[in-house]
Amino acid sequence: MSYIPHTPEDIKQMLSAIGAKSIDDLFKDIPPALRPKSFNLPASKSEFEVTRALRKLADKNAAGLVNFVGAGFYDHFIPAAVDALSGRSEFYTAYTPYQPECSQGWLQAIYEYQSIICELTGLDVSNASLYDGGTALFEAMMMALRHTGRNKIILDSGVNLIYRTMLYTYTSNLAIEFVEIPVEHGQSSREALLKYLDDKTAAVIFQNPNFFGAVDDHSDMVEQVHKFGALAIASVYPVSLGLLKTPGEMGFDIATGEGQSLGIPLSFGGPYLGFMAAKSQLVRQMPGRIVGATVDSEGRRGFVLTLQTREQHIRRERATSNICSNEALCALRAAIFISLLGGEGFKELSEHNYQKAEFAKERLSRINGVQVKRSSPTFNEFTVLLPGPADEVVHRMIGKGFACGFPLGRFYKGMDNYLLIAVTEKRTKEEIRSLADSLEAVI
Amino acid sequence: MNVPENIFYTKDHEWARIDGKIAYVGITDYAAHSLGDITFVELPKIGETLKQAAYCATVESVKAASDVYAPLSGKVVAQNSWLVTNPELINQSAYEQGYFFSMEFSNEAEKAKLMDAASYRKYVEGLAK
Repeated sequence: MSYIPHTPEDIKQMLSAIGAKSIDDLFKDIPPALRPKSFNLPASKSEFEVTRALRKLADKNAAGLVNFVGAGFYDHFIPAAVDALSGRSEFYTAYTPYQPECSQGWLQAIYEYQSIICELTGLDVSNASLYDGGTALFEAMMMALRHTGRNKIILDSGVNLIYRTMLYTYTSNLAIEFVEIPVEHGQSSREALLKYLDDKTAAVIFQNPNFFGAVDDHSDMVEQVHKFGALAIASVYPVSLGLLKTPGEMGFDIATGEGQSLGIPLSFGGPYLGFMAAKSQLVRQMPGRIVGATVDSEGRRGFVLTLQTREQHIRRERATSNICSNEALCALRAAIFISLLGGEGFKELSEHNYQKAEFAKERLSRINGVQVKRSSPTFNEFTVLLPGPADEVVHRMIGKGFACGFPLGRFYKGMDNYLLIAVTEKRTKEEIRSLADSLEAVI
Repeated sequence: MNVPENIFYTKDHEWARIDGKIAYVGITDYAAHSLGDITFVELPKIGETLKQAAYCATVESVKAASDVYAPLSGKVVAQNSWLVTNPELINQSAYEQGYFFSMEFSNEAEKAKLMDAASYRKYVEGLAK
């Protein structure tokens, strides 16, 4: 759709229709002191000048580096079919599917997305998606607070700091007691959990694999959590679920995660994809939309938005959550991505990630001065200890053409010499060998 | 319209049957029929303290989710757990098997704010006009 600005004549007509003299008139309810004196905007530029200015900005990016950075967001391959199908105007320009009689395509796509999320997580029900992994985790925590009527949250410090910060920020004006339990040798501390777990606890939140890349089987901890009537919440990395025990198998009540790895390109600020699945008894506490399958008056299969009575447009201030949208286009991309791979293909993708990371661990551990942490099994990301500050190594490696990892000192005190390295299916053996050679040269 | 004698009614279409210190609480037949097929109820927890005319439960039908208000103040002593799996009991038997919960009420004087069967019948007839 082309952008057609209003002509001065249009503006004059519209103003006179509502009885206003000027556009400024429309803002006169705002006290002058609160209005900006000036917007400090530069003079207008031609299309060419704007393109050139933006190009200059874009060139500041270190594009084309071989990427070994993960830390919650991963460089996975996206088949061209994902763009081609999700870009079709039937999907791309459609509005909220409130009217099932004219939205069967979208509703079916979301229903299939939900079915995939349920299968991935091993849980009963999925919603139509949320904004990103962090907001999904926040909503899961709110579900637990509502369900239990309690106000204490135990948070594993292996949960991504970005997510922990989001939980604190969102709830800064609520009376919620947070306790963080430490990670010891890569794993969630059982001892600390048992120390803080009590009958005031609404939920315990874990991440698997945790921020250090360590994989854990939380089954024993989930069992303890349930003994106190609290809920167990897992934030998970979807690609790992082709290989690892699912949240459902471990007994978790709610699983959430960042769906970016499922066919959504890495980009600063998103849009990304939050997914959420839960046990069926929690379905009425779930935020946002849920698509259900039903039959029409002639018995034909069809899809509708269901359980809408929990939502804001019906329940107003007593709604389950203030989420009244979803990340439909990104959810569609995830559904297409996984459908293209199929069940076996997805398992293979998972295995490639695991095997390549194992290969990298083996190769890097041969470097003098580099210590690969092996206290826990890992999936496609792992921690190495360097002889000096990881931040400096990262900068030197950019010169060699590598984004070699995430310096853990940025998120964890006392870990300045630790580097977090992610290896996805996109990294070749050659790139991994070359990473090791360059690392050997710069440390 | 089914409006049994000897129980108390509110303007929000809840009823309370008093038995000594205990009140059984539900929604009226008129309310149940107006809501349509009821699919789910969310009941107050046992031990929860309720305040007269304040929110205490949710009833969800195919049309809407509606709030239910406590007819009296007091403490919840038991839930009608049949409603969890059989919410249609509210449509079928609003005053018997379809009750929501029982409570120990704390203030006799609050009964004066409730209607008897005759007044409620009149009140509902007035709504229909």
